Amino acid sequence: MEKILMRGNEAVAEAAVRAGCRLYFGYPITPQNEISEYLSFRLPQVGGVFLQAESEVAAIHMVYGAAATGARVMTSSSGPGVSLMQEGLSCLAAAELPCVVVNMSRGGPGVGNIQPAQSDYFQAVKGGGHGDYRLIVLAPSTVQELVDLTYRAFYLADKYRNPVEILGDGMLGQMMEPVTFREPEFPPLPPKDWAIRGKGSGPRKWVVCLDLDPKGLEALNLKLQRKYRLLEEQETDYDTFGDPEPEILLVGFGTVGRILKSVVREGKKEGLKLALFRPITLFPFPKAALFEKAKGVKGILVVEMNLGQMLEDVELVVRGKVPVFFLGHTGGVIPTVSEILEYVHGLLKEEIRV
Amino acid sequence: MKHHEILIAGFGGQGVLFLGRVLAVAGMFEGYEVSWYPSYGPEMRGGTANCTVIISDEEIGATISDRPGICIVMNEPSFFRFTPTVQSGGLLLVNTSLVRAKCEREDLEVLPVPANDLAKLYLDGAEVTNTIILGALLARCPVVQRESAERALVECLRGKREKLYTLNLKALEVGWEFVAKGA
Repeated sequence: MEKILMRGNEAVAEAAVRAGCRLYFGYPITPQNEISEYLSFRLPQVGGVFLQAESEVAAIHMVYGAAATGARVMTSSSGPGVSLMQEGLSCLAAAELPCVVVNMSRGGPGVGNIQPAQSDYFQAVKGGGHGDYRLIVLAPSTVQELVDLTYRAFYLADKYRNPVEILGDGMLGQMMEPVTFREPEFPPLPPKDWAIRGKGSGPRKWVVCLDLDPKGLEALNLKLQRKYRLLEEQETDYDTFGDPEPEILLVGFGTVGRILKSVVREGKKEGLKLALFRPITLFPFPKAALFEKAKGVKGILVVEMNLGQMLEDVELVVRGKVPVFFLGHTGGVIPTVSEILEYVHGLLKEEIRV
Repeated sequence: MKHHEILIAGFGGQGVLFLGRVLAVAGMFEGYEVSWYPSYGPEMRGGTANCTVIISDEEIGATISDRPGICIVMNEPSFFRFTPTVQSGGLLLVNTSLVRAKCEREDLEVLPVPANDLAKLYLDGAEVTNTIILGALLARCPVVQRESAERALVECLRGKREKLYTLNLKALEVGWEFVAKGA
């Protein structure tokens, strides 16, 4: 299959089209503008609609409307823009509407800057809007994985009737790597018999995100929780790499995950026994797999481009049985292979303690 | 084992990002793993621009490099910023038309290429210093084969005016000859 050198932002956009997405609503923000730019010419070519909304708030509610008709729809933004979308995401989750949101995250908080960061982990994984809800969150670390996970995002959104966020960062969006676009192949999905498709002879349907009856609303919440448990049982995904019996287990997602792969390789040259655990689904978090992988290690080093967000999920998994260390940068500073290696050496010499 | 970490830096408009892309595409044509990561945002529009290209026979982890083995500096600010980062024993390719300063590190191989002067002399001053530099690099250090670079140039210029192909292929030749003939 032909390989094309493609920018992450363009690859995610092309993958969305190939996954059957025909509707895009968004508002510009760096470092993800190439997604909108690409879809502005690509969607009309396949009979779709590209629409630049007046704001992110408008865009996410347009997504709500489109998703209610059963169409495959997406939006994309970065940090501050995704913050503006949180009300809409809560509504999409409550109404159980499938959609895909791409966050090529950047330095925060506030307007922050446009450099790569992972500081939107809490927002994406813990539910940045109000109410007891979850997004399915996928964290690609290469441009090829961005393509493959975009396919999977649309599939999972439809299968579970849940919004899916692809949590990338400015680096993944801006970098180019060779990609191939295989045909998306997934098991058949149930018909969208809940979708609103205009007046006809069928039964009356409504798609709402409210229930004024306390028992009714609690029932919805319990149904959502059952769905989230099912996701944990069926859809967790992760990547491992390196020594089968590591002394130190490195844990990182997305861009940092791939940097840690270099650390494992360089470490091996220096005689270090290291392995990488890279969650691919951030929600559902691969708890059981990480728990297994953590057995017998001297310590876990979590590295993130934030100041300790996924760290909390790792600590919850190991529950104090293994010391967990953290190295992080923020604001667009990218951790380097040599500084991480130096930190690992420090850990092994017990110069650094929990 | 093949593993090259190449940093290319200069003013926005000097074709720094394009040069990196040609290298990455050429590496991809040869079946290697490649990555291209640019500086982005306002700095690529007239300020300083840089990109990192990695060409490797193993899966690429980090796409930026703390210590590039090859560094191309197209202007003086980039010379001062990036020379200290180059790996000991690495190659520093300097556009001496715009960089007056001398490299004080003795542990580097320095390849001076007066790219703007060569463009004036042989190509009517056409703005192809990036491709001249590419030719010079490949004559000194075959990170990719020249033929692959030529194919990649054609690929990266697809959809542009045809005279750009011939101009760039000529520029590649000028840079190559400058180094190959030790001029």
